[in-house]
Amino acid sequence: MTATSPNFDVSTSSSASSALTSKHLKDKLFHWGLYGAAAFVLVLLGAIIVLLFKGGFPALQAFGLGFFVSAEWNPVTEQYGAAVMLYGTLVTSVIAMLLAFPASLGIALFLTEVAPVPMRRTIGTAVQLLAAVPSIIFGMWGFFIVSPLMATWVQPVLQAIFGPIPLIGELFSGAPAGTGILTAGLILALMIMPFITAMFVEIFNSVPPVLKEAAYGIGATTTEVFKAVTVPYGRTALVGAVMLGLGRALGETMAVTFVIGNANRIKASLYAPGASIASTIANEFPEAGPGSMKLHALLELGLALFVISFVVLALARWLVRTRIEG
Amino acid sequence: MTRLERRLLTDRIWRMIATTLAALAIVLLAWILWTVFYRGATALSFSVFTTPTMPPGRHGGLANAIVGTLIQVFLGLIIAAPVGLYAGTYLSELGRGKFADAVRFVNDVLLSAPSILIGLFVYELLVKTTGGFSGFSGAIALAVLILPVVVRATEDMLRLVPGSLREAAFALGATRAQVVTSVLWRAARAGIATGILLAIARAAGETAPLLFTSLGNLSWSFDLTAPMASLPVTIYQYAGSPFDEWVALAWAGALMITVGVLLLNIVSRLVLAPRGKAS
Repeated sequence: MTATSPNFDVSTSSSASSALTSKHLKDKLFHWGLYGAAAFVLVLLGAIIVLLFKGGFPALQAFGLGFFVSAEWNPVTEQYGAAVMLYGTLVTSVIAMLLAFPASLGIALFLTEVAPVPMRRTIGTAVQLLAAVPSIIFGMWGFFIVSPLMATWVQPVLQAIFGPIPLIGELFSGAPAGTGILTAGLILALMIMPFITAMFVEIFNSVPPVLKEAAYGIGATTTEVFKAVTVPYGRTALVGAVMLGLGRALGETMAVTFVIGNANRIKASLYAPGASIASTIANEFPEAGPGSMKLHALLELGLALFVISFVVLALARWLVRTRIEG
Repeated sequence: MTRLERRLLTDRIWRMIATTLAALAIVLLAWILWTVFYRGATALSFSVFTTPTMPPGRHGGLANAIVGTLIQVFLGLIIAAPVGLYAGTYLSELGRGKFADAVRFVNDVLLSAPSILIGLFVYELLVKTTGGFSGFSGAIALAVLILPVVVRATEDMLRLVPGSLREAAFALGATRAQVVTSVLWRAARAGIATGILLAIARAAGETAPLLFTSLGNLSWSFDLTAPMASLPVTIYQYAGSPFDEWVALAWAGALMITVGVLLLNIVSRLVLAPRGKAS
């Protein structure tokens, strides 16, 4: 209640008429309504944490910290470990970031410096519409359209280029099945690219024009200004924006479930099918009976995902101190 | 080649790369839309809107899924919107100090939290305790997704209302409640409406939270305590099925969802456009 502003209690004079008192009472109630709604937001997050923890606790008790390093996921022997899912989540997100970051940077450069001014709004809107496409649509498109293309064109070509190189060749070994870790990473990249681009554009637009003009004034070209002034000025916020994108990639469910292949094993090849935390929860939940150890294990996976994305998001928010994302 | 020429060439190359990348993004949007329209339109017919889902071979439609989505989104919205409006107003009008900072941060966390976790949360909260999947718990899951969007939109939009408007209302002897309800909310209504439209768009396309809450239903259900079909969950089940007829219906559903969500986004932009962000 320390946040109450001083002019809130305007009508507390001793000669207040009953009309004024009733008005005052209504005002008090209204204030408590506002306060209660705000407090509810806090309670909600608290409840999410408590219930996920409570649900996952039996699994944590049964498997201890070994849960996070064991690659076994066996409903028959009731042995559950999260290593495969942690690996899948991490690798697909890293692939997504590696592809989405340069693409977003380029598109943001185009939208803020290169494109003719009348075009910027239209193209910017198109990019934001891409961000609004539901993830299940990305999943279907990825499964029916992109995966076959990956299998017939992209994966054999990558194999031909990188295959002979030791170590790196391992990443592109195996049968080009279309679905798998690599395709999941690619679809994730396409999903978070518009989201990161929108934040980049906001950051670049917030750079004081004077700084850019000064650089242009001493004869710098557009890309030199971009590289030497715009990007360094927004550096911290850019990192924050990338981490917000990462947070989104880590928890994305439907698109990944369609294309990751859903196999509980870790392979060196990026062509191999895998599983992410979110895809495992979505896939295995229907077979997890109420009260079963499997359900507890899935809830513990959920808790792990929550902790990971919470840390990433908290870090991101701390970096993007200016609130930009909508 | 002189140093200047080299620099100008580098500039040209980077501009071309940036332009190509932007063009690729547009191509990507066009490609996805074309796929959804092409595959969805061939499966779409009037009966899809009037017939419920049926076993393969019996020419079912998506009517129960469409109605289920409408019910759950609408119910989620009327639960979450008032709370979001109040919380957002608190942050904008009274929100100073540590408590408000905490609420703001937690709201941001909720806004970006993986939606599948919201599904698990509502499963633990309602499905497990009441003993069954239900349309109501689906609506609650969507409400949890809608709430932070409305909080953020309300706060941002109220902050755009000029302080002189508040001062003028106070000078007339209005209480804080009157200032908020009859001046601020009115002044910011277009912006808040935009936020609500975007929240609807977000909730309507969500699949993951509904998998564990309303589950899906292969026939008509208006009972909020029983499992209820929804468009995204039906799309998910049908797209992964081995029946061509079901896959075609999944594309028809995908077309509906995509058109609906993108239209809501475009309309929300048009609502806000005449006022501009600087008002």
